[in-house]
Amino acid sequence: MIRSELIQKIAEENPHLYQRDVERIVNTIFEEIISAMARGDRVELRGFGAFSVKKREARIGRNPRTGEAVEVEEKYVPFFKTGKLLRERLNDEK
Amino acid sequence: MSGKTLTRMDLSEAVFREVGLSRNDSAALVESVLAHMSDALVAGETVKISSFGTFSVREKAARVGRNPKTGEEVPIHPRRVLSFRPSHLMKDRVAAGNKG
Repeated sequence: MIRSELIQKIAEENPHLYQRDVERIVNTIFEEIISAMARGDRVELRGFGAFSVKKREARIGRNPRTGEAVEVEEKYVPFFKTGKLLRERLNDEK
Repeated sequence: MSGKTLTRMDLSEAVFREVGLSRNDSAALVESVLAHMSDALVAGETVKISSFGTFSVREKAARVGRNPKTGEEVPIHPRRVLSFRPSHLMKDRVAAGNKG
């Protein structure tokens, strides 16, 4: 399933809404999650999962081609943890 | 990092502000987006949201695990797990926003 198919499904269920509004709604949801993480916030969607930001410490990396040591600065990366209900549904426990 | 936790309510509030639907309708739409994504994943589909990220279902083989406390061997059954790969855009914005 891709973004446009998701929008299509929501539009079919909501014939009273304009397609372009459905697009804005779906885009707003994803945009809001990214903005929250860019501020360092978590987004917890019970039953689905939680988006959070993890810190990766600075380390000495190596250029795989030359073998040269390079300093890698600390950085923050997005992380997703699957919610309990979805994890169970994936395994037919519910 | 401010370290706040957002929930469905904050997402519906954003939809409410952005599109001007009622708060109830906004909440129902957020729910419906999550439900469609979940259903597709449970059906084994990959959900690919451009400039956000890709959710995919991976099959894990059975293996023998061990209870770390007792050392006892326990069988771990084959199972399906969800993995999320963030888009470049998400990684870049999260890295830039939390820098310094």
